[in-house]
Amino acid sequence: MDELKNKLEELKDLAGKNNLDINKSLSEIEAMLNVGKNSPTWEKVQLARRLDRPGALEFINLICDEFIELHGDRYFKDDPALIGGIGTIDGQAITFIGNQKGSNLKENLYRNYGMGGPEGYRKALRLAKQAEKFHRPIVTLIDTSGAYPGPEAEARGIGEAIAQNLKHFSLLKVPIICFVIGEGGSGGALGIGVGDKLYMLENSIYSVISPEGFASILLRDSNKAKEAADIMKMTAKDLFEFGIIHGIIPEAPGGVQNDPAYTANMIKELILSNIAVLKKKKPESLIRYRSRKIREIGQFTENAGKEQDLFGLFSRLFS
Amino acid sequence: MVDLKKPYAQVAETECPRCLTVMTQEAMIEHYQVCRGCGYHFRMPAAARIHLIADEGSFTEMDQDLVSKNPLSLEGYEDKISEAQKKSDLSDAVVTGTAKIDGRECVLGVMSFQFMGGSMGSVVGEKITRAMLHGADTNKPVIIFTASGGARMQEGIFSLMQMAKTANAAALLDDLGIPFFIVLTHPTTGGVTASFAMLGDVAIAEPGALIGFAGPRVIEGTINKKLPAGFQSAEFQQEKGFVDKIVPRKELKKTLSFLLRTHTGA
Ligand SMILES: [Zn+2]
Repeated sequence: MDELKNKLEELKDLAGKNNLDINKSLSEIEAMLNVGKNSPTWEKVQLARRLDRPGALEFINLICDEFIELHGDRYFKDDPALIGGIGTIDGQAITFIGNQKGSNLKENLYRNYGMGGPEGYRKALRLAKQAEKFHRPIVTLIDTSGAYPGPEAEARGIGEAIAQNLKHFSLLKVPIICFVIGEGGSGGALGIGVGDKLYMLENSIYSVISPEGFASILLRDSNKAKEAADIMKMTAKDLFEFGIIHGIIPEAPGGVQNDPAYTANMIKELILSNIAVLKKKKPESLIRYRSRKIREIGQFTENAGKEQDLFGLFSRLFS
Repeated sequence: MVDLKKPYAQVAETECPRCLTVMTQEAMIEHYQVCRGCGYHFRMPAAARIHLIADEGSFTEMDQDLVSKNPLSLEGYEDKISEAQKKSDLSDAVVTGTAKIDGRECVLGVMSFQFMGGSMGSVVGEKITRAMLHGADTNKPVIIFTASGGARMQEGIFSLMQMAKTANAAALLDDLGIPFFIVLTHPTTGGVTASFAMLGDVAIAEPGALIGFAGPRVIEGTINKKLPAGFQSAEFQQEKGFVDKIVPRKELKKTLSFLLRTHTGA
């Protein structure tokens, strides 16, 4: 990197001395160098959004021996932006639910760029309840820029649909393991993101708003998305340090698209090892642990310093 | 701490933004901060809400000393909070406590849009959750008035996770059979709508309140055209099936009293 910079300075000198008009391309190279240097987060944002990044269905097919997709919310329609079904790993049945983007324009139009509507979230809940009925663990694969912010979604209650998922997933009596595989965008991600374990791929992101949104609202300049990305603490490493996720799953050099099977295999191992442990827990203690984990997330001070005995409260409520 | 001795801000006259009727402070108080000319419901400070709903002297505030940290180390965030605290006399965008309504005990939470747009960060999420757990623990119905622009972006991922936290508390109330009533006031959007605000056993809304997930400007950006008038209004949400009943402010106490009466034994 330093070598490149020295070369750049040399070239600038030369250009100046010889009165050459290469300043434009030189400053472009300089800008490119600065992107890598100043915003490693922005690189991840771009990797997480790549069209050729493997999506939920691609991972499911790599992880499962067999998989059948199940469609529809039973109320209104099937939402291709949010997929689900039953898969097997080593003969063990597991319910999979995931946000699904497309890998080209045509697919993205069909999948609404992975932005689920109320139907998608209601389908997810239907499949989750179905899994609970048959004591089947649930795996969710998160990859969306957010829930669909359109008038139809509003009219059919996208807020209510996500809220119901948050509520019901928190008390499901089966293990739930969540993976952020690409973009973890706000409520649309959290809508299938409440579970016992949460992992993120190395180059995935998870945040309350997009860097573009953060930039335009808080930095008052929608062009400052890169700067926003650095401020927002949205990488796997950030969330691990916050204690919000349980682990970071490595990707091939240059991104998971270079070797999806490598990462899929690690996801598969994590699913199996976690299920083995979580399956032994009684449903009550599974839920108590999950609730406690959710309850503990927050950063505030309390002057009085009194700590409520909330764990005791949970034990009592669930006895 | 919420000051119930001064529930209303000192403003000599208020002009209705809809019909331009001018009302004196006395008239505003007498009409529950509702326009005498057209019924427009003005935003209400949390203290005024409590004054309006709770029996006199019955409100005991809890968890009033929670103060948010600055998890993103965002420049100026602490200052912004202390400014909002000074302006509002509140520690954050929600006041919670126990109260009586026509003699019946309940846990009452009132969000304040005046405090950073009612945005939900760690403190709001924690206080609302504790209020619900207190209801669960003491077998009291829980009533929450919402007013929020959504999650508090300044707190990053922590604000998003408050949605899961409050929804989890709502799940516990379900499990234990504790009544949970929501009053949606103007405006209620974003992460609050997509969590506890949509999880009440009964959802009441004030007339004309804006209620939705994505804000109108975001939706207009998506479809590149203007939304029809009344889109996402309380009336729209009742028509679409997401609000049980629209209740004008002056009848709110009566309605809540009825709900408490019909949901508490003996
Ligand atoms: Zn008026």
